[in-house]
Amino acid sequence: MLKVDNITVEYDGVPVLENFSLDLSTGQVVCLVGESGSGKTTVIRAILGLLPEGGTVSKGDILFEGKSLLHSEASYVESLRGRDITMIFQDSGAMIDPISTIGSQFIEYIRAHDRSLSKRQAYQRAAQMLTQMRLPDADNVMHSYPFQLSGGMRQRVGIAMAMTFEPKLLLADEPTSALDVTTQAQIVRQMMDLHIYHQTSIIIVTHNLGVAAYMSDLSDRILVMKKGRVVESGNREEILHHPKDPYTKELLAAIPTMEGEVYVDQ
Amino acid sequence: MSINEREIILEARNVTKVFRTSKGRPLLANDSVNLTVRRGETLGIAGESGCGKSTFIRMATMLDPPTSGQILFRGQDVSGLRGEKLRAARRHVQMVFQDPGEAFSPRMKVKNIICEPLRNFGLISRSQVRKKAEELLAMVELPPEYAERYARDMSGGQRQRVGIARALALEPELLVCDEVTSALDVSVQKRIVDLLLKLQREKNITMIFICHDIALVRAFAHRTAIMYLGNVVEIVPGRQLGISPCHPYTEALRNALFDLDMDFSKPIEAIESEAPSPLDVPPGCPFSGRCGHCSDRCRTEKPALRDIAPGHQVACHLFD
Ligand SMILES: Nc1ncnc2c1ncn2[C@@H]1O[C@H](COP(=O)(O)OP(=O)(O)OP(=O)(O)O)[C@@H](O)[C@H]1O
Ligand SMILES: Nc1ncnc2c1ncn2[C@@H]1O[C@H](COP(=O)(O)OP(=O)(O)OP(=O)(O)O)[C@@H](O)[C@H]1O
Ligand code: SF4
Ligand SMILES: [Mg+2]
Ligand SMILES: [Mg+2]
Repeated sequence: MLKVDNITVEYDGVPVLENFSLDLSTGQVVCLVGESGSGKTTVIRAILGLLPEGGTVSKGDILFEGKSLLHSEASYVESLRGRDITMIFQDSGAMIDPISTIGSQFIEYIRAHDRSLSKRQAYQRAAQMLTQMRLPDADNVMHSYPFQLSGGMRQRVGIAMAMTFEPKLLLADEPTSALDVTTQAQIVRQMMDLHIYHQTSIIIVTHNLGVAAYMSDLSDRILVMKKGRVVESGNREEILHHPKDPYTKELLAAIPTMEGEVYVDQ
Repeated sequence: MSINEREIILEARNVTKVFRTSKGRPLLANDSVNLTVRRGETLGIAGESGCGKSTFIRMATMLDPPTSGQILFRGQDVSGLRGEKLRAARRHVQMVFQDPGEAFSPRMKVKNIICEPLRNFGLISRSQVRKKAEELLAMVELPPEYAERYARDMSGGQRQRVGIARALALEPELLVCDEVTSALDVSVQKRIVDLLLKLQREKNITMIFICHDIALVRAFAHRTAIMYLGNVVEIVPGRQLGISPCHPYTEALRNALFDLDMDFSKPIEAIESEAPSPLDVPPGCPFSGRCGHCSDRCRTEKPALRDIAPGHQVACHLFD
């Protein structure tokens, strides 16, 4: 359903992602893990056509259901965005308008993509999604301004929005790294439900290799990135138990565990 | 000298914070929190999203006043400080924010972000900014030429490291880190943690370290406070974190970890019940609505923090 074909992305003429390819079929999961600054967010933004100013795909093509996203009219890509393809931003806090309530933004978002819904229906749908993300007291969240929510609560508002329309493709950039582990576990289960019951394909960026391994099946892929390139790719068994690239090995070795060494005298 | 004999740097006494919601309802974000941190010690804080961690450290770093209770910095009550006195006291306390956007504008140049605290206290001249920025960038493993970049042109993890460099600029006595490692890959994370450990050894810096990764907290903090719904429910020496006996909520955290050796065919354990609201705090134990061991007593009587082993306190009726 999605084919990223050998793309190179530049910011102001400087390439930050080179010859990147990825194939995703319906209902598949791809996990991007790797170095900070290696271009993971860039991949996701390029697919959605949301590169920041100065950023361009200078080479290659991106096809969604066989149609180029780079060479289609802007209106086509816009019609997909927010409905068939949705994104959870690494920094949802920064994506939310600070001066209007969560409720008014969420309702506006829902009605922009489904005009058949009344304001009241949109409110109910939004509140239901917030509850599903384990946010306490959805009505209060709806009436809150972003500054009145904690970091992880804002992040969950972003996740709720991205999951509202049961998209065909969910692009999730570090969706759970701002969350405590029990909430993270709930959100991961929500994403997996979407994946299982609605055949949603998922590209997830995460620093948590455990999450990557949990979300991907043996038929799915984990891509390890460093300095704008994929250094290794494979299924979870290959990446976790038979890593080949030294960087993958370095990453695996650096994961703190509950049984691991402690760094301070206690 | 063991840590328990050292000078107390920060002490929170019955610190409570009540916010008002948009509709004017009281929201109990911190419920009589008592915590101390000693010189050269790292206090970890972990807990559910929305349980009041950031609220607490905003008060501890004198950014917000408590609704009631006191914050003492080196024995001096700072909860009511204003103006020049507040500014002077704050110099020794620096914070790395959970959301880098809170500390600096994406339209600022990195060198100015990093050196702003130094400039505010008149410690360096304008001509020294570039060089000082490069030094601090090197500490957080960013190339020197990033000094001239705008914050918005960086990746999430790079921006987070700029925040760390900025907080280190003043060589604070107390460094408070709110979820600073979660945006970093584990190998950069390890090197940043090593850097903080080195600074702590060399300069005896005291740290408060909020972190969702309890495996990392266990390794890095001398003691960890586990928070739930505005309350501290457990204080535990680092390496004992998550090892029984512990608070039922801490155990839930332990079981929700994604582990490389876990059985991927089984669903991950999560607390499935609905999250409690700080607008509607239960009368007894804050965890009573979700706890598998909840008894009638738990629903009416709030458990206090009690010693169960040296340096280990738990607030739960199971340990009476
Ligand atoms: N707007 C921009 N202008 C110039 N360079 C940029 C811009 N945005 C990102 N970069 C650079 O491009 C590279 C890739 O950035 P990207 O955000 O894709 O990394 P990432 O893999 O998502 O990292 P992280 O894990 O830290 O979020 C980084 O080196 C970054 O500094
Ligand atoms: N300025 C504010 N006005 C009203 N309510 C607030 C304000 N700041 C925080 N809150 C509320 O206080 C509670 C605690 O928030 P806090 O930011 O301290 O949580 P946290 O433990 O840091 O969570 P996270 O891990 O998600 O960052 C939340 O319910 C939040 O909605
Ligand atoms: S006091 Fe009761 S409800 Fe609270 S954690 Fe202990 S057993 Fe559970
Ligand atoms: Mg990123
Ligand atoms: Mg917080």
